[in-house]
Amino acid sequence: MTTKLNPVEVVVIGSGVVGSIISMELAAAGHQVLCLERGRMATPQQDFVMPYVHDELKYDRHSDIFQNLSRETISFRNNLRETALPMRELGSFKPGEIVGGTALHWGCNARRFLPYDFEIRSNLEAKHGKTFFPGDCTSQDWGVSYEEFEPYYDQFEHIYGVGGKAGNLNGDIQPGGNPHEGPRSREYPNPPTRPTPQGQLFAKAATELGYTPFQGPAAAMTRDYMNLYKNFLGECARGGFCSSHACSQGAKANPLTAVMPSLIKQENFELRPLCNVIKINTDSTGKQATGVTYIDARGREVEQPAGTVILATYCFNNTRLLLLSGIGKPYDPIANTGVVGRNYSYQTGGRVEVFFDDKEFNPFIGGGMVNTSISDLDGDALDRSDLGFVGGAYVAVSSAGATPIKSKPVPHGTPRWGGEWKKAVAHNYRRAFSIGIHGSCQSYRGHYLDLDPTYRDSNGLPLLRMTFDWHQNEQKMLHFMNKKCVEIAKAMNPSSYSVREPYTKYTIVPYQSTHNMGGAAMGADPATSVVNKYLQSWDVPNVFVVGGSAFPQNGAVGPTETIGMLACWAADGLKEYLQKPAGQLMV
Amino acid sequence: MADSAIPHAYVYLTQPEVRFLDAAADRLIPPDDLGPGGREARVSVYIDRQLSGVWGVHGRNYRSGPWMEGTPQQGYQSRLTPQELYRAGIRETNDYCSKQYDKTFENLSGEQQDDVLKTLEHGKVDLPSLSSKVFFDLLWRNTEEGFFADPMYGGNHDKVGWKLLGFPGVASGTYSAHLDNPEIYRAEPVSILDIQQGKAQVDAQGFPKHIMIKKV
Repeated sequence: MTTKLNPVEVVVIGSGVVGSIISMELAAAGHQVLCLERGRMATPQQDFVMPYVHDELKYDRHSDIFQNLSRETISFRNNLRETALPMRELGSFKPGEIVGGTALHWGCNARRFLPYDFEIRSNLEAKHGKTFFPGDCTSQDWGVSYEEFEPYYDQFEHIYGVGGKAGNLNGDIQPGGNPHEGPRSREYPNPPTRPTPQGQLFAKAATELGYTPFQGPAAAMTRDYMNLYKNFLGECARGGFCSSHACSQGAKANPLTAVMPSLIKQENFELRPLCNVIKINTDSTGKQATGVTYIDARGREVEQPAGTVILATYCFNNTRLLLLSGIGKPYDPIANTGVVGRNYSYQTGGRVEVFFDDKEFNPFIGGGMVNTSISDLDGDALDRSDLGFVGGAYVAVSSAGATPIKSKPVPHGTPRWGGEWKKAVAHNYRRAFSIGIHGSCQSYRGHYLDLDPTYRDSNGLPLLRMTFDWHQNEQKMLHFMNKKCVEIAKAMNPSSYSVREPYTKYTIVPYQSTHNMGGAAMGADPATSVVNKYLQSWDVPNVFVVGGSAFPQNGAVGPTETIGMLACWAADGLKEYLQKPAGQLMV
Repeated sequence: MADSAIPHAYVYLTQPEVRFLDAAADRLIPPDDLGPGGREARVSVYIDRQLSGVWGVHGRNYRSGPWMEGTPQQGYQSRLTPQELYRAGIRETNDYCSKQYDKTFENLSGEQQDDVLKTLEHGKVDLPSLSSKVFFDLLWRNTEEGFFADPMYGGNHDKVGWKLLGFPGVASGTYSAHLDNPEIYRAEPVSILDIQQGKAQVDAQGFPKHIMIKKV
């Protein structure tokens, strides 16, 4: 039996980086907003306190801030010929399941996409011709330019208190920043991080090789900060235990620290945790949403009518809820028709480890994305004429806070266990660091999301099925980046270095990145996108789908800042949309 | 040795299983002049507690069938929970040792134990219920965790894993001042357990006060 509740003006599904900002913007503009969150309630003061947040085992493996796979997971296969099997254990990525969502445990890497990222298809085809992209590549322009997005990046940075140094202020290149970034309208709200000794070694070597190093922007406070919503964020103590962890200090900007305190004070806002939306309901025409159905904490099925539905969850659930609700045409990679589930992409990563017998560092000090980076191997700065790949990477030395279970680099050839391993681990823990490669990932015809034919969640609904493998294009890029990083490594004059060879096949086992993108791409053409430039469904105009799902492909720099920017951008469009009669497509 | 009393409370593991794990942990991370090995670090206590908790029954993992072996890229697909996997894996490895050497694992020489572990690691033993590689990978993962996780989980006794690395444990509130400073920061490690037990002083924000070590 379904309980039917009184209608609300706007229902927001998900309370993560997107749901919290859109809720805040709309509630502050006077709209009635109900936010439904599948995860539990959390407050930093009660849930994330010292010393318990400094627990590597918990936050690396077992924390209840991550998705509980016993109720719902995804299935996975490398290609269409295989049978997908459920992801039974968390590994490659860690989606969140809690008020605050996945961004609760993000690493604070707060970079803007380059102007080139939003126009990658037209940009590279203009430079290198129509055949430059691999034939099966579905990467496409976003339908909105960097210039249009810029004010919303600025807004997000003033909500999340990003610390950095501008490299391009209104077109003027600035010393100390990233000279390759798009023009920004003003400086960062907070100063940049200070370089660690490891970062200084990297900067020196990179400069010698002709690169322009800078301190990459970070959303862990570089000083005490009162943000745009009048929430206070304290300066980061650089105690490590950061990415994958919640922060005890309120120094990491996330939905719980940067938005929630002011959001819950809004009288026209309501948050309902432990409410798992299973369907967006539509009327008999299928062109108008009537609300949502969810399972509440006590297991009851509840129908919540709403005038406007905003789907603001992780990439996987945005796509899955559209498929479960029959909104938009599902993508079929064989017929090459449909759009929902198309344009899935991930994040390419690699590293070169450097070992110094004659130096010691303090690798446990850091966190909050303290990093020294170069952006010369990405965007328009990289000449791809002779390289033969699409995309690029930023390269950085980050001091994330080396924790002892997972961060024990040893030189190539060291045994995996036993006495020799123990000696190598003891010798190198304080004498090594990594040059990290954080690269783009294009979307391809055979990489997609759909509903699994066999496996089901605890409500009896089909799991989302992911079909993905590394494409030759990304492998080629990674080999090139490895070569470049070895040059930088050698310029640092280490005792030895080792290259982590790229995986030949994508594996869901070791942790790689929680940057799963796409499935409900935004764009200018309904034939190749699920939502228009306002993140509004082409098919059901009172449904907006906002988040990582909207990325037609992934850029190099990490998606969270751009996801947050999209929330600000979509909220602005929604304010306009909500003034008009319901159900109109925005143009 | 095999008959010596076991000084800790074990909840899931039987004493023969503990003897197996102690022997294996001491080969995977041997005692040497750098410090204690896996046995003294109480890796087996750590494993016992993990097996007794949510993880031991894969309480937060997806556990519906159909069960298929899948490709290595598809990850853990065994129908067995970690509890069941350890129980079967230890018994079947001991059966293998008895056949090969006429002795159970803990009674083999160190070299023989290494050989058995390598054979498991490379999937070269045909255990009846599970892939020997899956068993070894889990045993090694848990041994590493038990050696380096916070001592509140039962392993890393006396913080031996952290002392081996020079890892100070729970961060002090002074790190920011050291962020861009090349001076070596060496402190006696502080664990969550220490703080729970009142053995470490903490500041107003809950960060412990580190006692610095002079390098010898």
